Parts: sequence; C-alpha cells; structure tokens
Amino acid sequence: MKPSTNPTVPDTALPAPARAAMGQSHFHESARAQVAGAAQYIDDLPEVKGTLYAAPILSTVAHGTLNGVDASAALALPGVRGVVLAADVPGDKILAAFGHDEPVFAVESVQFVGQVIGLVVADSVMQARRAVRAVKLDITPLPAVLTVQDALQAQSYVLPPVLVRRGDAATGLAQSAHRLQGAFEVGGQEHFYLEGQIAYALPLEQKQWWIYSSTQHPGEVQHWVAHALGIDNHAVKVECRRLGGGFGGKETQAGHLAVWAAVAANKLGRPVKLRLDRDEDFMVTGKRHPFAYEYDVGFDDTGRITGLKLQMAANCGFSADLSGPVADRAVFHADNAYYLSDVEIASYRCKTNTQSHTAFRGFGGPQGVIVIEAILGDIARALGRDAQDVRLANLYGRDASEGLNVTHYQMAVEDNILHELLPQLEQTANYRQRQAEIAAWNAHSAVLKRGIAITPVKFGISFTATLFNQAGALVHVYTDGSVQVNHGGTEMGQGLHTKVAQIVADELGVPLHRVLVTASDTSKVPNASATAASSGTDLNGRAAQYAARNVRDNLASFVCGLDGCGAGAIRFVGGQVISPKTVRSFDAVVKEAYANRIQLWSDGFYRTPKIHYDKATLTGRPFYYFSYGAACSEVVIDTLTGESRVLKVDILHDVGHSINPAIDVGQIEGGFVQGMGWLTTEQLVWNDKGYLSTHAPSTYKIPATGDIPEHFKVDLWPEANREDNVGGSKAVGEPPFMLAISVYEALRNAIAAGRSGEAPAKPVVLTAPATAENVLRALGRLG
Amino acid sequence: MALGNVPPDRTLLEVLREDLGCTGTKEGCGEGDCGACTVVLGEADGHGKVRYSAVNSCIRLAHSIDGMALWTAEDLAEDPLIQPVATFHKPSRADGGLGARSAGTGMDMQVHDDSEHRATTPPVRAAGLHPAQEAMVQCHGSQCGFCTPGFVMSLFGMYQNRVCQGQSISRAQAAQDLSGNLCRCTGYRPILDAAQHMAQLPPMAVNEADLLQKLELLALTPQAPEANLAYIAPATQAELLAVRAAHPQAHVVAGATDVGLWVTKQHRQFAQVLDVTRAAELRRIDETPEHIAIGAAVTLTEAFARLTAQWPSLAEFAHRFAGLPVRNSGTLGGNVANGSPIGDSMPLLIALRAQVVLASQARGERALPLEALYTGYRQNVMAADELLVRIVVPKPASSEQLKAYKISKRFDDDISAVCLVLNLDIADGTVQRASIGAGGVAATPVRAQQTEAALQGQPWTEATVQQAMRVLQAEFSPISDMRASGDYRRTVLGNLLQRFWLESQGGGAPASIAQLQATHLESAL
Repeated sequence: MKPSTNPTVPDTALPAPARAAMGQSHFHESARAQVAGAAQYIDDLPEVKGTLYAAPILSTVAHGTLNGVDASAALALPGVRGVVLAADVPGDKILAAFGHDEPVFAVESVQFVGQVIGLVVADSVMQARRAVRAVKLDITPLPAVLTVQDALQAQSYVLPPVLVRRGDAATGLAQSAHRLQGAFEVGGQEHFYLEGQIAYALPLEQKQWWIYSSTQHPGEVQHWVAHALGIDNHAVKVECRRLGGGFGGKETQAGHLAVWAAVAANKLGRPVKLRLDRDEDFMVTGKRHPFAYEYDVGFDDTGRITGLKLQMAANCGFSADLSGPVADRAVFHADNAYYLSDVEIASYRCKTNTQSHTAFRGFGGPQGVIVIEAILGDIARALGRDAQDVRLANLYGRDASEGLNVTHYQMAVEDNILHELLPQLEQTANYRQRQAEIAAWNAHSAVLKRGIAITPVKFGISFTATLFNQAGALVHVYTDGSVQVNHGGTEMGQGLHTKVAQIVADELGVPLHRVLVTASDTSKVPNASATAASSGTDLNGRAAQYAARNVRDNLASFVCGLDGCGAGAIRFVGGQVISPKTVRSFDAVVKEAYANRIQLWSDGFYRTPKIHYDKATLTGRPFYYFSYGAACSEVVIDTLTGESRVLKVDILHDVGHSINPAIDVGQIEGGFVQGMGWLTTEQLVWNDKGYLSTHAPSTYKIPATGDIPEHFKVDLWPEANREDNVGGSKAVGEPPFMLAISVYEALRNAIAAGRSGEAPAKPVVLTAPATAENVLRALGRLG
Repeated sequence: MALGNVPPDRTLLEVLREDLGCTGTKEGCGEGDCGACTVVLGEADGHGKVRYSAVNSCIRLAHSIDGMALWTAEDLAEDPLIQPVATFHKPSRADGGLGARSAGTGMDMQVHDDSEHRATTPPVRAAGLHPAQEAMVQCHGSQCGFCTPGFVMSLFGMYQNRVCQGQSISRAQAAQDLSGNLCRCTGYRPILDAAQHMAQLPPMAVNEADLLQKLELLALTPQAPEANLAYIAPATQAELLAVRAAHPQAHVVAGATDVGLWVTKQHRQFAQVLDVTRAAELRRIDETPEHIAIGAAVTLTEAFARLTAQWPSLAEFAHRFAGLPVRNSGTLGGNVANGSPIGDSMPLLIALRAQVVLASQARGERALPLEALYTGYRQNVMAADELLVRIVVPKPASSEQLKAYKISKRFDDDISAVCLVLNLDIADGTVQRASIGAGGVAATPVRAQQTEAALQGQPWTEATVQQAMRVLQAEFSPISDMRASGDYRRTVLGNLLQRFWLESQGGGAPASIAQLQATHLESAL
C-alpha cells in the first residue's frame, strides 16, 4: 500500500533530478501561471482588431411553431451590426451531430426553452445582450413532453429502445426465494465548468478559418464548422490551449458555439466571439441525463441476485446527441461489480422538450451503477443482512474458475481485484465496528440518524465505439535538446499534458522541464478523438510515448554508429545518453545528430488492442480493462428537516501504477465530490412550462468548501494494470465519480433508521438528489 | 486610473478585463456566487491600518473603489508594496510607482469604453510567487485553473487579515473564508491544505505605511469634474440626503451585491448612481447601554461581527449568510432596504425587534419597526426623497434565548428555502415574550404574530410547543418554487420550532447537525 495521499507538502516541492518523471507528483504544468492569472483561456486571448461579439436569441417556448423573428428593434440599437438566423447558414442547416437531428439555428419549430434561434452581433458583449431583449419572437405553442414519464407514456424517443438479455430473467425471478419491486428517479446534473462555453471564430484568407474553441474535441469542432460553412475540413483549424473545466460538457456542446460564431463571422466578414453568460449556458446546453428506474429482483437467502428485470429510462432531451452511447454505457454498468445470471434490461431513450442531454463524467455509467447498488441496499434491508455482505456475495468471480466472470454483454472480467480491495477498505475504514456503533447511537438519538455504506465501482475503460480508440502525437526535439510534444488530447485541468510530458521525458531520459506540451491543434494531429471516456492518457500518452521512442531509436542508432555497439545497449537517462563506451549529454547527442542529418522529430500512433463490440446486440469486449475502487461514507441526517451532512469518507482506488499520484488523487477527490453534488445538493428544476428555473449558481448548488467531510482519506491500490497500458497505469477521470454512490446508500441507511411507522425491511425510496426535502419525503414525514 | 469616462453602471470586472486588458481575473457567473472574479481591496481603516476585503469584482461597480487599493492575481507576485516581512519597515523601492493598482479620479491614465484598448496580452510573470500562490502550487490546488485566481485572492485576503496578524488558520476557518469560491475540479481538499500551508512559507506582507501614504496622496488628488455627475458618493448623511432630494431618479446603491445583478443579468443601465457607502454616519456602529445602532452602509461582515459578539449563537447563521466576498461588499442596510422575501437578515432583525431609521432632508428622521417597512413584494414605505440610514437593535434581556435557523440546499452560501429566527424570553417556566421572524414564507419578510401569541404567557412545555407548531404551520401559505415546495416549507417551519424546544431542554442526544458537530463527532462516538 502506498501511504495515504493527503500531503500538505509533496516531496516534489524540491526538484529531484535523479528520479525519473513518471510516478512522481509533479505539479500541473500550468500551475504557476494559473495562480498568477497568467494562464490564458479563450476570453483572455488578445483580440484581432474588428472583433464583434455575439449573444444568442433563445426560444421562450418549450415546443412550438416558429412563425417569425422580428429583429428590427434590435438592429436599430447602438452598436448592433447584424442578426444571424438559420437562413444565414451557408452549408447544411442541420448540425453534423451523431443523429443529424439538430438544426444549427431553430428552423420552423422550437423544441425547448433555451433553444438558440439566432444571434445578435454587436460592437460589445453588453450591446449584443441588450439587443437580444429587443428581438420579438412569433411562436405558436404546441403540446410539450416535459418529463420522462410523459415520454414513456407517449413512446416519445430520440432513438429506439434497446433490450439486453442474458439467461432467463422471468424464470430466474419465478424461482427466486425472495422478490422485491421498486422504482425511483435520479436527477440530471449541470456540468458547471467554471469557464462557460466560448468560441472565437476568425475568418482567414481564401475561405480558411481559425477557430479558438474551449472544446474537448477539436476535431469534431473542425468537422462541424466545415459542414455548416459548406467547406472542406482542411480549411478549418481549431486550437485550444486549455479549457476551464469540461467534464463532458464540452464534448459536443462546444461544437455548437463554434458553429454559431463561425456562421456569424461568415455573414459579417469579421471575427466573432461568442461567450455564453452563465444563465445562457444553463439554458442552452445539455446536462447529465436524468434517469427513471423500475426493477423486479429475485434473490436467495444470502442476498445473491437470482433474477432481475430492469427498466432504465433516460431523459435525453430534444435530440439524440450522445444519448445512444450514454444509455448503452448505463446498460453496460447496470451490473457494476456483480454477476447477474438471469437478467433483462430494457433501455429507453426518451425524447422530451428540454435541453439535449449529453456527456457528463461517467457517461451513463453512474446511472447504471446507482440502480444496482440501490437494489442491493434494498435486498440487504429486506433480509436484515449487512449490505457489505450482500455486495460481497454478488461480486464477479476472481477468474473464470467459478463461471461467474462473464458480464451480461458477454465480456469476461479478467482483472477483478474487488475480492481483495473491498475487504481491505472494510478493514482500514473500520466499517464493521462503526456500523455497530452507529446502530447503537441511532437507537438513542431521536432527531439525528447516522448511516454508513461501502460501495464499489468497476468501470469499463475504452470508448464503446471502437473506432474512437486511436490517437496520434508529435514529438519534436529541437537542436538545443528541448522537446515539444503535441497530441490529440485536450487539457481541461485533469493533468493530461503533465502526464504526457512525464511519459515523454522518461522515454527520452530528459528532465521534465525540458519537455513542453503545446496547444491542441487540428492542424498538428488530425482526426483526434474527443478527450473523454477517461482515456486521455491511455491513448495520447501511448501515442506520445511511441513518437518519442521513434526519435530515441533514431538517436540510439546514431550513437551505435559512433560507438560501434548494438542499439539495445544505449540507455537514455538523467539527461544523458549512455553507451557501453561513452556517456554524452542528451543535448550534445542531439546537436551532433542534427549535424549528421538524423530526423529529430516523429509522429506516434496508438490504437487500443483486443476490443470489439457489436452495436446491434450490445455484446463483445467493448472495454480494454476495468478500473476499480470502493468508498466508505458515513452521513448524518436531521429527521426534523431532512438536512444531511457527509461526515467521513475513506476511499481505496485503483489507478494501476500511477503516473502522477497527486494528479490522480486530485481526480479521485474531485470526482467523488462532484458525484456527491449530483446526489445531494445539485437539483435541476424545470417548471411546468419546461423552463429551467435553476439556471445559475444562486439556485443550482454545487458543493462548496464546507461540504467536504472532515475525514476525507484517499489511498491508492498498489497493483499495476494487468493489461499492457502506458506506464502500467489505469484511467482515472470518470471511475471515482461513482464512489459517491456510497453517500447515497449511507443516506438511505440513515433514512431507514429514521423512518416513522415503516417496516425496516421495506425499500427506501429516495429521489436523488437527496435535498433536505427529498430526504424528509423519504422519511415519510412530509405531506 | 481615471474613471471619468467610465459609465456609472460599469462593473469593476469589465474595467479590469475589457478596458485595462487585465484578464487574470475571471468571470464565472456574473452574480457573485462563484468567486472566480475575486479581487482584494485595501482601504485605510482610520486607525493607521489597512482593511483588506476580498470582493466579487463582477457585481461591484467600478466607481465604488475610488480611492482604494486593488490587487488582482497578476499583482501579487510583482507588487513592490508586498515585501518579505524582514524588510517590512524599510522604504519600498525608490521607483515611486504605485504598487497596488490604486484607483482614483484624476490620475493620468484614461480609461475608455473602447474596444481598441482591449487587445493587450498580460506579460508572463517571473518567479517569486506570493505565499498564497506558492501554497496553491505546492498543494496541487489548481486543476483547470479557472477558479484559481479567485481562490488566490481570497487566500491573499485571508493571509493579510489572519496570517499577518499572527493567527493560525484552522480547517474550519479556511472553509468559512473560502465559502464564496467554487471549484469544480479539486474537491477542495488541496485548496484547504493550501490555506493552512501558506503560513509555513517565507512570510510577506503589504507595506502598510507606504500604502497608506499613497492612499492619502490619492485622496488629495483633484477629482476630474465629470466623475461627480454620474456617480455621486457623498461623504456625509446631510449631503447624501440633499442629493437624494435633488436627484430622486438617481439609482441608490450600497454594496451593489444585488444591484450588480440588475446590470449583469437584466442588462439594465443607470444614467446616475447615488452611492451611500461613503457617508460617514452610515458606516458607523454606535452603541448605547440599550441599543446597537448599525449604519445602513456598514458591511454585512462588520454588522454580523458586532451582532455575533452580542449573540454568540448567531455565529453559524452569520457565516452562512452568502459567501465572504458578498458579505465584504454587501451592507446590512442594503439587505433590509432591498426587502427580498428570502433575505436572511430581516427575519433575524424582526426577531430582535429592530427598528429602521429613515431620513429625508425635508422631514428629518423617523423610526419604525423593521417589519413595518414592507408593504408588498420588494415594496416599502420609503418616500422618493428618503433613505434608510441605520438599523437600531435593542440589546437583549438576560433571559432571552435566540436561535436562527436556515434551511437551504447547500449549507454554505445559499439562499434560504426557509429562515426562522426565534427569540424567546423564558422565565419561571413561562414564555414572557416571543419574537419570531420568518423568511421564505410570504411575499415579504414577516413577523409570525399568531405564533408569538400562541406562545406568549404560556408555560414552556411540550404541549405549548406542539400547539404553537400547529399555529406556525397554518400562519403562512408559502409558495412552491425551485428551492422547496410549499408543503416542505410549512412542515419545516413547525419542525424548527420543535428543534428550538429540544435544544432548550439540553442534555440527551443532539437535536441538530450543528450541535452534533459542535460536540465533536469523535467524542459522541
């Protein structure tokens, strides 16, 4: 075990040149610039003279016929340069999105409150925003579908339902010793990246374009912009140095902004910047999919599931966006860590007149994991057994020997470490003793009730769409020995650039500070996949490693020629190139190699091995490997008000051999707290007109400093990835998010202890997020 | 800098980012809720020291900082007035330049609302970070980095106000001082580490002697005449009332923590602004044996500090009122005059039987109970030439028990779904007097008169409380909105009275999470 990683001062406060870069807690590559306000985001870039500013015109109606837009009053206001509408789109008026079902600007109909109908462009941001208020919309309202239940009723779908079966659920249920049925709902989540969506479109000569976009997917922005402008991809260059947070919210959604800005710039012949105000960002962009569940589960006396019928209905909003793969991933994770022998999962992709919900950290995984964890919690209550025992009884096998290691989508789980990891966390968190103490405490506490729960996570790593699992990189060594890396990933705070620099530094044996990672740029590495699915380092880190390896091989061959030895005998370490005969500095070798016309730069390309997957049946091996972890959370609730607090959290998480422990712990803690927000304070409320009434931080509450548990401990599992992955590491971006489901389960345990007049064996129905009101309702003390 | 050409409704953040090209300060929400735009202001406290306040620049009107020192994240590493403490008493560098950005009218740099001036690139800063910055680096406190400059500035405020005063920073203190700054990446642990770690780094401090000298010079600099027409900030109550009478159309602002949103969110424009925060009488807290009189322009930070000194049970309620940057700008008078039904200070002041004092040039002063100020949703009895000048709070009788309860989705920096403040005078087992203020239950902040009547003169027993709970639940018809349903609000109002009862009984199991945390979880186990 590595020691607990809550360092006040990490050992890298002082440089340790003798150590290799990987495995060390190096600071984020931009940290020093960020703290000094010198790290630039798109809105901070110097502006080209003549730049205009756009503001969006939003639909005020959830569903309706768009009869017309009267912008005459807006155009008469000072500084206003023009209004941009669907007719101004020179190429396809439908975005080049997954489902080809979203107009660039609303045409003929509007489909949600907040849909962008057009833009006002002016000399200043405020002039544009004020002018938007003067635009008159002529919309005839039509009946709107606003909830997932209404959509199910109306069979209103963005994509057809999917049914996944293994075994015989009906027979399994019929033959089960015990049965439970239940239903509950889990709300969506706003990304609340601190930097709102922004794009800056600059027309260049000869119908070429330079787009600055705060995007997780520059390649898609390039494609979308070219598609909307009716030009070739090669005429559009998209650049992004960093994002002020993404979390999935800038995977497809950033493309909209870029297209809108580019269409406006195309019409007006001037650079146009479009930065959404925070309220607009809430109103316009998609969020995490809200889900509604119904289940019928059968189980034996130990709590082992012997049959399960599950219905998962995703609220997708008005268009498909990424809802297909999100709902697929929810299906893939409805097992979480557990073997389901006889199971049937029906997945509905519901169309509602709301924002088009999109990628968000976990990408449907959390919505899959929470339902099985809730079911297991209810089974434990029904049997009066400890939930930890019920969870252990249902785990996938360690290996194939018991025949319990094949998922419902026919992938063998070959790297299951939960049989060791869960008991270890149970011990270090002192779970059993605390469980007993809490029960005793609750018996004497009338108002307050405490609850504790451990939940594991097993998260599949790879894009389920196999084609996205490829990446490219460029490594340039300059004649002074300094190294520049460019890869297809984007830096959104997750430390990707830092990790890639560490990987390249070790490959070339140079100190980390000699390696610089530059802005993501479609003109450098083309056709890059989104930085998503936790795969940024796995894909781009490997591609960069291969690129660096090519350069190293060139240098090694060159040194072999000089020293007359085999290339395998050359070592690159500590800024030196060591052959059996001589020790030279890396810089000297580079200089000499250049003089001898040796190529000092290279590309690198990586594609994930082993994966395959049949989209029609949702079967195959969609994932290269699984990331694991578990959390033990303790909460307290107030049964008078429903208020709650998270008191203690212990996490044991698997990142393989960490490339940067401080960054990985940052992802684990940050993911956990974000997940905690999803399940506790972050509530999206649409009113009966389909208007999102929580559209700013005044009404939508992400966790703040005071929500962090006093005891918050993170340990890393020491084992390397069992699959061959860069540095022996595992992906870390999304899996820890699901550790927060332990908070939801702990809350339900506390509620069970505080329910008035309920049989203790009855399921606890807690709508997430667990706001004070939802907790009080779950307690049966409201209305 | 000269603010002469800056419109009166232009925000400090707009001036920084758009006019001056200082893009280190970020806009995250434009409403003072995320803290990405936090900057630190310094002003003479009148006792030879500098008062440092972290504030939200996104909703602060630019003109309001006239004559103050301003630091942004870009300044910390290079301001010559921030010096290693060993050289604290030595003269600053002889370049004579203003270290901190000092704002005042009449300096030589003109600012125009003109896009030609926008395209400036901030230079890349050299090494030599301030401890607040260095600690954030060393503790891995920045990920995406967008909230980071705001956190750094809140940490800098904390550093000047606490570390430089020799105070150590506890975890809880750090969390409280940073509750107005949101981070979506880190989960805060490393940032809280940084707050505690910065005191371990080589110390630095603002050279206050030099700064005060510069601020004095700035105050003596003649003002550009046009600055006085659109943005008026009189120095005395008499002048203030005269201007109010002469320019009734001028928009009255104090800390602008709500008015700022009318600019950023509703895109409203004000031709003329009357700033009440420079009037000396309105910034004072006066005390008599019977009363505490809080000037209407006293900041929420200062007002709550005084109230908490008198009623220690208010400590938690006070720090849950918005975030620190909002409390540092916002004023008690502004909160009261604004009259939002979900403002938290009114239920408290109603329960404390506070009086508001209104003043006009023509008719002088008049006092009335705070709850009588309001006539409807954001409507009040003030005449067009009147201003709220102070709030008078009677000191408590020894037998009074005061409890302020707030229910919100998030514990810190959130708007109440329900706020209930109970002030009961219980002696000889009988409720002698009951004073109860409620928020979030009606169109205005209200006094729960029926509930007071149900308690007054009754024995302090569970039966009385049960009866009063029923009255309280029936007394109001709260609406359902995005914060809570009407049912929830009604139910919880009664339950909070029950909590008061349970807490008054003492002993036994804790009756609230706050009580649990106060008695330390570990010992409870």
